[in-house]
Amino acid sequence: MAGITGFGGYVPRLRLQRKSVVEANGWFNPGLAGLAKGERSMCNWDEDSLTMAVEAGRDCIGEKGPADLRAIYLASTTLPFADRQNATVAATALDLGEDLKTVDLTSSQRAGTSGLIDVLEGMGERDGQVLYLAADHRQTAASGAQELQMGDGAAALLLGQNNVIAEYLGSHQVSVDFVDHYRGQNRDFDYNWEERWIRDEGYFKIVPRGIDALFAKVDVAPSDVDVMIMPALIRGVPQKIAKGAGIPDTAVQDNLHAVMGEAGAAHALIMLSKALQNAKPGQVILVIGWGQGCDLMLFRTTDAVTSFKPALGGVESSLARGKAETNYNRYLAFNDLIDRDKGIRAETDAQTALSTLYRKREMVLGFKGGKCTKCGTVQYPKAHICVNPNCGAWHSQEDYRFSDVPCTVQSWTADGLTYSPDPPTHFGMVTFEGGGRLMADLTDVDKGGVEVGMPLRMVFRIKVEDERRGFKKYFWKAAPDHRKTA
Amino acid sequence: MPAGIRDRVAILGMGCSKFGERWDCDADDLIIEAYEECLKDAGIETSQIEAAWFSTAIEEIHVGKSAVPLSVALRLPYIPVTRVENYCASGTEAFRGAVYAVASGAADIALAVGVEKLKDTGYGGLPQNMAGAVSNMTWANASAPGSFAQLATAYQKKHGVKPEDLKRAMAQVSVKSHANGAKNPKAHLQKEIDTDAVLNAPMIAEPLGLFDCCGVSDGSAAAIVTTPEIARKLGKKDLVTVKALQLAVSNGVESSGEGWDGSYFMTTRKAAERAYTEAGITNPREQVSMFECHDCFSITELVTAEDLYISKEGTAWKDFLDGFFDADGGVPAQIDGGLKCFGHPIGASGLRMLYEMYQQLLGRADKRQLADPKIGLTHNLGGFPHHNVSSIAIVGLEGA
Repeated sequence: MAGITGFGGYVPRLRLQRKSVVEANGWFNPGLAGLAKGERSMCNWDEDSLTMAVEAGRDCIGEKGPADLRAIYLASTTLPFADRQNATVAATALDLGEDLKTVDLTSSQRAGTSGLIDVLEGMGERDGQVLYLAADHRQTAASGAQELQMGDGAAALLLGQNNVIAEYLGSHQVSVDFVDHYRGQNRDFDYNWEERWIRDEGYFKIVPRGIDALFAKVDVAPSDVDVMIMPALIRGVPQKIAKGAGIPDTAVQDNLHAVMGEAGAAHALIMLSKALQNAKPGQVILVIGWGQGCDLMLFRTTDAVTSFKPALGGVESSLARGKAETNYNRYLAFNDLIDRDKGIRAETDAQTALSTLYRKREMVLGFKGGKCTKCGTVQYPKAHICVNPNCGAWHSQEDYRFSDVPCTVQSWTADGLTYSPDPPTHFGMVTFEGGGRLMADLTDVDKGGVEVGMPLRMVFRIKVEDERRGFKKYFWKAAPDHRKTA
Repeated sequence: MPAGIRDRVAILGMGCSKFGERWDCDADDLIIEAYEECLKDAGIETSQIEAAWFSTAIEEIHVGKSAVPLSVALRLPYIPVTRVENYCASGTEAFRGAVYAVASGAADIALAVGVEKLKDTGYGGLPQNMAGAVSNMTWANASAPGSFAQLATAYQKKHGVKPEDLKRAMAQVSVKSHANGAKNPKAHLQKEIDTDAVLNAPMIAEPLGLFDCCGVSDGSAAAIVTTPEIARKLGKKDLVTVKALQLAVSNGVESSGEGWDGSYFMTTRKAAERAYTEAGITNPREQVSMFECHDCFSITELVTAEDLYISKEGTAWKDFLDGFFDADGGVPAQIDGGLKCFGHPIGASGLRMLYEMYQQLLGRADKRQLADPKIGLTHNLGGFPHHNVSSIAIVGLEGA
């Protein structure tokens, strides 16, 4: 039977306090006052949909993907590249190999759920598992309501046919060109229509129709639903739909608005991932995705659901690790919503030699160094001659992946001179358990928060953005290891 | 161990431009300023120079590539001229090239000139440029102070020094250099500072504040070298000879191997050991009269004093606080003011250090003159603590 075999998720550490936003923008948009409660997740300057997806993927599959992994999907409406397959970058970062199906899914808030249905429906007799990622880094203009309502985050699901933790029961899709919002090609932000119309003509007419059609196909009844997942920005919508359909109101899941905001194409799957983390065996889960119609799918958890543990603590752990951000200006800057004077140092050219990147893709994106087969010394980067002066063997190294090797900081500084989008930039000599070291950028650390010996783990992040050419360089940075410092 | 360079080559003349924010100068103007003094000191004509070495590091912001800019600026008579770049050791590399040319017999008289015109970037601090196609993808986003600041965190940890004690010792490094630089008309910064000013300065890269960092300036320095025999024939009486020239270059052990703890320079220790052997020095704390080390940052000078085996490991911070490296201390350091007061026009710095040693040995250092110095050591450290080039030159009175 097809279904979900694993799950994971990621919500960025920074949580912009809505109060701070309203304090800054209330003069311009007094209507924001009612939205001043809670917090929304926001990407650090070096995060985007791709880095969040990779982190969710690591949470889901751990250090190494399953041997029978045959595909990776990445759903997002905010992919960093319009034409460079983003899923392939994620696959390299996750070390999934190159004989792999890779697919980007985009252009609707429904991308996350539509692709999921497609994969589950298509599993049929095919062997192998699929890593399904969804992420969104929401982009909104400053001082609108959306800025407060939206959030950033990612989810990951592992899909397969054996040892499923949630069996796929069926699905239905309704496709209607109902344009509650849209984002034109080459536009940064959404254009939105009136909420009351979206609620009455959209949600309340399209979703019930889909629910009726779904339950006509499956052996479970709306009253059997234990968990109903439906992201909707408009208050009370899922509750009213549940009531109309005969779904118990206790099934309706919190939309996480208070703690992270709504993460677009990833949001339904973030909610699903969170629900699976807390699920009991035998629960019926209804997932509804919205956008030019709706996707509806049903799962039933198995006994195995309680035994799966996300490697990095899942959505729950991410949500619990928030750091309140009260500086709205930092949000504006990180999202390029304000024209900052970055100084001449920021003008340093950041061109990437694509041919070099290709040769070094495993080193840079996959974070692989070498292990000497003669003396066992691990080293980054991999080199022709072993770095161990007592060995010095030639051509002796096999690939050694550092991504998941725990590390600590040996020396560090907070550098206020070099240009950084978030000064002072922290970096230091990071030494890995079992050998190897790297002078690495540190991320997700605060001023005064670094000390020699602190436990770290490596994360896949944006190294530099080449604004002139629209390219992003990705590499690995060291971040506090929440599993050890918590 | 090879016989080495000791006493085989003499300095015939030296020159040094005024260092500073030379808004009035291009690189060739600075070269001329240093060379004119050097040539006059040597007492020869340009036509007598048979080979030349030219050091610049960030050539793309001033003279551009190759040795041609030097040859053109000095109208050198179609002789071999080589441009060298080896991080901050570039100036010493130019000197090494010229000295080796004379020692080998390939040239009787050779010239070394270093220059850097840094103050045309539009901002303070050293320019950060492309590090190479691969390095640009993986290297930390590090400024120079950020890279060196880490010596402090590692040193504290290793030697159990309290941060505030180390910060005070680092402050004394700078206070001492400023006291020396205040007496040097060629220095960029000629002002004394006090400890409070250092401790309260704005933070650049923790724990380095503004006064823990050397300045950025423009400058040039030059040396003409020959054999002691020719120097005497040309009428020189008191000869300053080269005792040792050593260089040690990181091979990846610090950056990707095991064992280095980040609190010292592996390269400097290796270079120092070889240099002392070459110069016949067995007790540097007693035998080295003075030194100019690469004080790009206060912490660099502090740990270098240990790496040069002048202070015992873990004790340099006390030596600095005790005034051991002051002008009237046991081994005066940065007697001309150091990089701290001269700034660091990269290609020129090594030669500028040698210039001060040369002046001191010949008793020409005016208000800074030390009593009876016999051996002077210069040291450059280019790159980053985990990835660097370290050079050491020892010069002294002939026979010392």
